[in-house]
Amino acid sequence: MEEHHRHDRAAVSNRTMELVVAAIVFAFGAVVVYDSARLGAEWADDGPQAGYFPFYIGLLTCLAAVIVFAKAAFDARGRKAFVGVGQLAMVLKLFVPTVVFVALIQVVGLYFASTLFIAFFMIWLGKYAWIKAVPVAVAVNLSLFLLFEVWFKVPLPKGPIEAAFGLH
Amino acid sequence: MEEINSLLHGFAVALTPFNLMLMLVGVVLGVLIGVLPGLGGANGVAILLPLTFTMPPTSAIIMLSCIYWGALFGGAITSILFNIPGEPWSVATTFDGYPLAQKGRAGHALTAAFTSSFIGALIAVVVITFLSPVVARFALKFGPPEYFAVYFLTFAAFVGMSKGQAWKTIASMMIGFALAAVGLDSVTGQLRLTFGFTELLQGFDFLIAVIGLFGIGEILLTLEEGLAFKGANARLNVKAVMETWRELPRYWLTSLRSSAVGCFMGIVPGGATPASFMAYGVAKRFSKDGERFGTGQVEGVVAPETAAHAAGTSALLPMLTLGVPGSPTAAVLLGGLLIWGLQPGPMLFVEQKDFVWGLIASMYLGNIAGLVVVLTTVPLFAAILRIPFSIIAPVILVVCAIGAYTVHTSMFDVWLMLVFGVVGYVFKKLDYPLAPLVLALVLGDRAESSFRQALLGSQGDLAIFFSNALVGGIMTLGILLLVWPLVSAGLTRLRKAA
Amino acid sequence: MRIRQSIACAIAALAAALAPAAHAQLGGWEPTKTVEFIVPAGTGGGADQMARLIDAIIKKNNLMKQPMVVVNKGGGAGAEGFLDIKNAKGDPHKIIITLSNLFTTPLATGVPFNWKDLTPVAMLALDQFILWVPADTPYKTAKEYIDAVKAAGPGKFKMGGTGSKQEDEIITVALEKQTGTKFTYIPYKGGGEVATQLVGKHVDSTVNNPIEAVSQWRAGQLRPLCVFDDQRLVYRGKVTETMAWSDIPTCKEAGVDIDYLMLRGIFMAPGVTEAQRNYYVALLKKVRETPEWKDFMEKGAFNQTALIGDDYRAWLQKEEQRHYQLMKEAGFLAPGK
Repeated sequence: MEEHHRHDRAAVSNRTMELVVAAIVFAFGAVVVYDSARLGAEWADDGPQAGYFPFYIGLLTCLAAVIVFAKAAFDARGRKAFVGVGQLAMVLKLFVPTVVFVALIQVVGLYFASTLFIAFFMIWLGKYAWIKAVPVAVAVNLSLFLLFEVWFKVPLPKGPIEAAFGLH
Repeated sequence: MEEINSLLHGFAVALTPFNLMLMLVGVVLGVLIGVLPGLGGANGVAILLPLTFTMPPTSAIIMLSCIYWGALFGGAITSILFNIPGEPWSVATTFDGYPLAQKGRAGHALTAAFTSSFIGALIAVVVITFLSPVVARFALKFGPPEYFAVYFLTFAAFVGMSKGQAWKTIASMMIGFALAAVGLDSVTGQLRLTFGFTELLQGFDFLIAVIGLFGIGEILLTLEEGLAFKGANARLNVKAVMETWRELPRYWLTSLRSSAVGCFMGIVPGGATPASFMAYGVAKRFSKDGERFGTGQVEGVVAPETAAHAAGTSALLPMLTLGVPGSPTAAVLLGGLLIWGLQPGPMLFVEQKDFVWGLIASMYLGNIAGLVVVLTTVPLFAAILRIPFSIIAPVILVVCAIGAYTVHTSMFDVWLMLVFGVVGYVFKKLDYPLAPLVLALVLGDRAESSFRQALLGSQGDLAIFFSNALVGGIMTLGILLLVWPLVSAGLTRLRKAA
Repeated sequence: MRIRQSIACAIAALAAALAPAAHAQLGGWEPTKTVEFIVPAGTGGGADQMARLIDAIIKKNNLMKQPMVVVNKGGGAGAEGFLDIKNAKGDPHKIIITLSNLFTTPLATGVPFNWKDLTPVAMLALDQFILWVPADTPYKTAKEYIDAVKAAGPGKFKMGGTGSKQEDEIITVALEKQTGTKFTYIPYKGGGEVATQLVGKHVDSTVNNPIEAVSQWRAGQLRPLCVFDDQRLVYRGKVTETMAWSDIPTCKEAGVDIDYLMLRGIFMAPGVTEAQRNYYVALLKKVRETPEWKDFMEKGAFNQTALIGDDYRAWLQKEEQRHYQLMKEAGFLAPGK
């Protein structure tokens, strides 16, 4: 795998990523410690209070984060790429449309959003023709609709389009 | 033997063409439910319930319990193909099942998973048939300290098996525990770590975390290598099934051990998910090939699948005899019993012999039907891998989003799944192991509440965890497992020195 | 081939079951899509059982054209479900069944909701509470048991119950106040688990609802000591070989004057129309007239008081006050309540 990555310029180094993640983990641990202390983190007469375990879990998280941070800071091998520019671009090509898709669910409902998403993906990344992508996307969503909404009676988010069909 | 007669009578009740048809319907629906993370046993039972009113209760329970078997089988499919556990108990199946698929051995992994599930269930049904009165009494011995001991044992069996850096393992596990603590503390009724956000009241659901960390994270990783799933050129024919079957007898000891773990966890009831983790941990520790677990070992699929199915099957026993469901789907079946006017509990075995033995007989038959159905679908499911990436990837993402949404019918969870997806991607690249996080998330909450319940009962005295042979025994076993790597390392060194 | 056939079979069967059945029009409004029936608790508990039974009765008797789904939203001691319906303003396709957490959860956790945020539809029944001990303990009456608890000293006897700062613990505290005893209260996740823990003697007594412990009673594993009500249960049919529900004395007879009943009622989202509410009132009336419902009531020894409209509101008002009082006395109120 190393060989494969070498010709791809690094978007971010492994070491930077290690440090950032360790810092986030530390912050997470600190938040846990803070709220547990508020709840009471003592060992009372009848056993631990609500915050007892989370308090030490938080502390241990922070400790682990500090050690990982320190190790990464002094690690000479950390120069290698966490992700190459080309790789990152590929990942974002999937991830950004997915985020848009999830945001769209809230606006136009799941079925329409996912029809758009699948068709878009097939045309954009898969280089399929319209004539192939749209029927596939519609068919997938029609089967999802039948499966969840009609047979299993699981209500999924719906928007104005379903409402227009009287399905809302 | 009385049981044999009762069982034969049960077969006579269950083996009608009508019931056999119901079994098939149930199994097929169950597999479908198991495959899709957005559907659970509850949905399956809910949709078939209206149909069952016109049937005799025995036929109805046969069909509904077959949904349950089907779901147990089906959970493995997406775990192996896409690293997305369809059901919580198939998380451990991803550890070796997905690497196998990547090597182009998806057919082998699926066959191993299905066959082991069947064997696990079969052993559990035999236990139920012949030992149910003893087993029911045994289950009653479990109070809070014993439950804690069981969770501790699960944890001990699994921990220390992940490679990678020790501190990253600890960080990952602690994050899991912290996430498990979010929400309402069941012992004091206080809200923990919710910071006033009503979305956090229900805590972090295991399934959402797993879909994100494993499923979405894996798709992102796959993308780095280009627009394709590895293992797409898998061989998908009857030969794969035969080859796997020839290989499986080698793992008889693992199967046996995992069945024992599964039966124990199902009866207690600790549940199928912890059972699968525990069995995987134990198998890794005691197998000759233990070190190669996680790289695509058939044995690493056999262990969790056998245990999950054995646990899922034996979980029906506490439901029938105690009225306490051992799993969410069992809880819905319990609702079913009430609607037909059957009261689960100690009297069921006495008053409703036809029903109980018909159900037990259907466990045998339903699992055979399940195995046949899923094995015939191996080529079908493995063929999904041949669908071009740019079609299957968005479909998987849509199904994941649906799965996350349906847990609490909340969009917040869908966003959460995406966050977990990024976390899974980054953690995997930085060698933070994900399995400890997931295990801590599953067990953390339950282990903590049994620990505190036990201490409430003993008024803060820790000796409660060694207060009788049962709890003391399980705790000791757990401690032994925890220190085992140290002990064995020490022994090797001694031997070398000598 | 076989799979395809059985799928076809399943689909055909489903289609048959889902075909709308002819039935009488109920007033001006009717559901136009699937009705979501929210249970603010986990699967298998008392509220869940009742909701699933109602769902089944409606389906079996074709009381509603549109389908119904039961959805469990038990997170945060039911807050998840209550907030969901509170935020679904004007949505007539959601109903919720309540347990005491309608009152206790906002008081104990400070999560912002109140019954006045919802539209009360109907009270279906009231659930009773009974003091249970394992059958092979020597206590034959509530008095003997309370005396033993007193003699043992504070904290020596363990009371198991569902949840923390909810109905079971409220009754336990009331019992302690009345009798000058002190139990160690151990919270579990659900009523079925509590009854099993009592059979296994991991706790000394429980205050389970009748439906949660009836099976263990019939199997001779548990013994009811007294019912927390001011009059005895009305069901005279024999449950065990020697006893009927009506043979269980009230706690008042045993010198412990506590009556506590739990609401099993239905609410809708705020802002629904009168016609929409009336539809569900009429629907639930039909449910209560079915033999399946009556059978369930008897099996679980429910108090069959059913209220609607202003009577229901008045009852809720009174009960809210009472819970506030009880929880204040027990020290269960969230800061600022």
